[in-house]
Amino acid sequence: MVNKPESRVIVVGGGLAGLAASIRIAESGVPVDLFSMVPVKRSHSVCAQGGINACNDVARQQGYSEYQHFDETIYGGDYLADQGPVLEMANWAPRVINLLDRMGVPFNRTGEGFRDLRLFGGSLFKRTHFSGATTGQQLMYALDEQTRRFEAEGRVTKYEFSEFLWPIVEGDGENKRCVGIVAQDMRTMQVRAFRADAVVMATGGCGLVFGKSTNSVMCTGGAASRCYQAGAWYANGEMIQVHPTAIPGADKCRLMSESARGEGGRVWVPRTAGDNRKPADIPEGERWYFLEEKYPGYGNLVPRDIATREIFDVCVNQNMGVDAGNQVYLDLTHKDPEYLTRKLGGIMDIYEKFVGDDPRYTPMKIFPAVHYSMGGLWTKFTPGSYRPNAQHGLHKPGQVPPIDGEIGRGMSPGAHDNAMTNIDGLYAFGEVNFAYHGATRLGANALLSCIFDGLFCGNSVVNFVTAGAPSERPAASLDQRLFDECVSAEQGKVDRLLQSVDSARAADEATNPYRIAIEMGEEMTAACTVVKTGERLTKTIDKLAELRERYASVCLGDSATWTNQSLSFTRSVGDMLILAEVIAKGSLQREESRGSHYRLDFPERDDERFLKTTIAEFDPAGTGPEAHRLTYRDVDTTLVKPRPRTYGRVDAKAEPAKAKAPATAGAAS
Amino acid sequence: MSAVHVPSETERIANRKKAKPGRTVRFRIKRCAGHGKPASWEDFDVVTEPGMNVISALQRIAANPVTSEGSRTTPVVWDSGCLEEVCGACTMVINGRVRQSCSCLVDEYAPEAGDVITLEPMSKFPVVRDLWVDRQRLFHSLKRAKAWVPIDGTYAAGSGPKESPDRQGTRYALSECMSCGCCLEACPQFTIEDDDAKWDESFIGAHAISQARLFNLHDTGKRLESDRLEALASKGGVSDCGNAQNCVKVCPKHIPLTESIAAMGRAVTIHRVKKFFTSKK
Ligand SMILES: Cc1cc2nc3c(=O)[nH]c(=O)nc-3n(C[C@H](O)[C@H](O)[C@H](O)COP(=O)(O)OP(=O)(O)OC[C@H]3O[C@@H](n4cnc5c(N)ncnc54)[C@H](O)[C@@H]3O)c2cc1C
Ligand code: SF4
Ligand code: SF4
Ligand code: FES
Repeated sequence: MVNKPESRVIVVGGGLAGLAASIRIAESGVPVDLFSMVPVKRSHSVCAQGGINACNDVARQQGYSEYQHFDETIYGGDYLADQGPVLEMANWAPRVINLLDRMGVPFNRTGEGFRDLRLFGGSLFKRTHFSGATTGQQLMYALDEQTRRFEAEGRVTKYEFSEFLWPIVEGDGENKRCVGIVAQDMRTMQVRAFRADAVVMATGGCGLVFGKSTNSVMCTGGAASRCYQAGAWYANGEMIQVHPTAIPGADKCRLMSESARGEGGRVWVPRTAGDNRKPADIPEGERWYFLEEKYPGYGNLVPRDIATREIFDVCVNQNMGVDAGNQVYLDLTHKDPEYLTRKLGGIMDIYEKFVGDDPRYTPMKIFPAVHYSMGGLWTKFTPGSYRPNAQHGLHKPGQVPPIDGEIGRGMSPGAHDNAMTNIDGLYAFGEVNFAYHGATRLGANALLSCIFDGLFCGNSVVNFVTAGAPSERPAASLDQRLFDECVSAEQGKVDRLLQSVDSARAADEATNPYRIAIEMGEEMTAACTVVKTGERLTKTIDKLAELRERYASVCLGDSATWTNQSLSFTRSVGDMLILAEVIAKGSLQREESRGSHYRLDFPERDDERFLKTTIAEFDPAGTGPEAHRLTYRDVDTTLVKPRPRTYGRVDAKAEPAKAKAPATAGAAS
Repeated sequence: MSAVHVPSETERIANRKKAKPGRTVRFRIKRCAGHGKPASWEDFDVVTEPGMNVISALQRIAANPVTSEGSRTTPVVWDSGCLEEVCGACTMVINGRVRQSCSCLVDEYAPEAGDVITLEPMSKFPVVRDLWVDRQRLFHSLKRAKAWVPIDGTYAAGSGPKESPDRQGTRYALSECMSCGCCLEACPQFTIEDDDAKWDESFIGAHAISQARLFNLHDTGKRLESDRLEALASKGGVSDCGNAQNCVKVCPKHIPLTESIAAMGRAVTIHRVKKFFTSKK
């Protein structure tokens, strides 16, 4: 071909997943256009506190292995994750850590100068690497610095304060291919099309659907919802993680990382309800360490869904909460204050700043809050090769078969479709990718999945643009009409919102976007978090339909044609309502309990019917809940066979005590 | 403007104890349609809730933007992200002093009904709108300082250099800088510059000097030490610092900025001397 235009890749999102992808792709010689609503350095990933998991030499000598990390992740996720990608991720984890180490991440060190390790939920081995209690921030900065290096060399172009509005897709049915995006500059409000041979969505989670969560303000899930509305499938939406330990606030719930328990923090309430002595005055024998009692093996470090349900049960059903409220103690006061500063300084500061007490001397009061979405855009992968019978820790991923016979395990490095959605050329990395965490994510596995996606599946993107469909039909060669049409469609939506400004209706709560968002958050938190029931979910679906109807005549508060934040927020409310419906409908139809999804009316796991991925497909012609067509796909469980997920609970027969009412996480006392 | 007051730590603790939820507090907000456009003040009354911070007050105002005089206006524009003081987005000038608005608790600043809190955008960066400013220059300084470790590439190549816990501690403390810009707002030597062509020669800022130190402390990062010192030795570098030490007082992350400035000042001097002798050969 003569004058073949240079291929380009768009990465939407500059959190850990987006930055890792940008670096890997740019390094491979393909220029990257990086879009983010905030300067990438301020992305939500900076909030991550506790750490990042990987097998390591010390753990290995104690009997741990990459395979065990994989097994824990599958068991933690209650078998809902396809095993190929998880296996590959666990195998690559040590390399991810090494790379971050080379980039200068100040990981905590042992006396001798090696990387220190801490315990984390769902494992009995120390396999979590950390940088104080601001690990996410430190990893982000390392990747941000490398991205800046590529930016300085002209290989990455940043579009910050730029909002992704729509994926540009050419073709129909099976032949659909993503060839660019429409984005809006959040300052000038200009709507523009950008061409690309592949688009990587790395836009994070959707905590704001639940109003208050531990997430940052831009975690609306709006971008994922727009891809979904444009034809990408959304998987396991109902799998929402509620973190056991957060401090409720007026604007968000601030997380107190699992690392607090990893470093020895103990969860307890007074044995006698209504005991209002100061915690320090309550003798050891009169404290109820309910997690340690029920789970002698894992103790305070059971996975999050379990800890959350237990705390919820103690507070809501047994009325044993501290000060008769929805709160329990998370106690670190038995540890040396200096040790706490060194290992957990970041969260100690947050607690002190926002609550006013010093957790080194006073037990923290915490309650569960919405934290993470295991669900996300559905993605594919090409199975790779793996030796399941090899001794733990010895196998090498990505080896060319035949190695010991078995083909079809792990992921095939560089295969074009790894982490690709059902639309060719549209990828999903990081939290917005549903692939790794099944029905519950283990602590410190998210950062890993983000960076693993960026590096490992980044290669897939490069191979796709250089050798796949774009090499035949580069986006740069396509007719301008398609791009113009997409821009006018989006501009039309913007104009309609701007025209909705109406001083006569301004005070009307029914069509106020902020009001609609609050009602959505309250409804979703009440019905779709810790404990769900069919009856309650049916009401939620009605409520969401009502909100969608009100949203149809939403009234914007600002007609400015520049820097109009209300416009961006209002637009995302519409997109969040769509995701909320996917989450609620998925919850209603999954008539079983698995991981974070607990149905009071179906308290058992039902592998027969539901060892399956929920796939939602959007029908633009459908109205209300009818717009979402749910189908179920089998999950691959060839390596780790499903077993009961009890975490050694001592009264394993007595099922989780009967919950009274649907949960209201994050709305403590 | 009536004089408003930044409460000391003891006052903040006391205020928190006496503040009652449900009181009405006044926010006096500087509004501005963009850089170079005239600014004006608008007052908003907000009913407090337990644990309320400035951001949640702004959220209430955005939902129903009616001024204290009862006239409907446009929602105030501001920047925020994490809401827990780790992303640096929400920096603004509150009661005359620069800080993060997410960690600014209304009870601590306005314990009595009728108390006033003033919010202004930072003055050292061009206003985008209202309280939102454009801090690109701050990131540009990080490019000048080559604030990165020059790794070979992202493919597996073993672990990084071993490091003592002490060294890790020093680097970690420096690495917590969240690019919030407080140190620049407070610095008398750092003045607003909206022409990005001039950024390479205007004062680089305390944050970037400190980042240069951070990367010079890393075994691989050191490879770029002389480039960094060269940048700090040139126009707008470390010698522009007048040692007023305002920066360190406002840094929310307690970055030892004056220590970094002193260390880099010395390193630049040694670098100059070395260069003088080597260029003579
Ligand atoms: C408080 C907290 C603590 C955590 N601690 C840990 C931990 O210790 N260990 C662990 O493994 N995990 C942890 N997690 C989870 C983990 O932090 C996240 O899952 C992860 O950071 C997500 O990264 P990401 O790259 O997918 O997305 P994000 O970091 O959320 O980044 C999303 C990016 O997309 C951009 N974006 C979004 N929408 C648009 C749009 N429409 N247009 C343009 N750009 C857009 C944003 O600007 C941003 O740059 C924690 C999470 C929270 C909330
Ligand atoms: S010490 Fe230097 S950088 Fe800091 S405020 Fe003073 S002049 Fe500015
Ligand atoms: S040094 Fe401190 S004040 Fe300056 S940008 Fe960094 S965190 Fe903010
Ligand atoms: S919003 Fe992140 S620092 Fe305030």
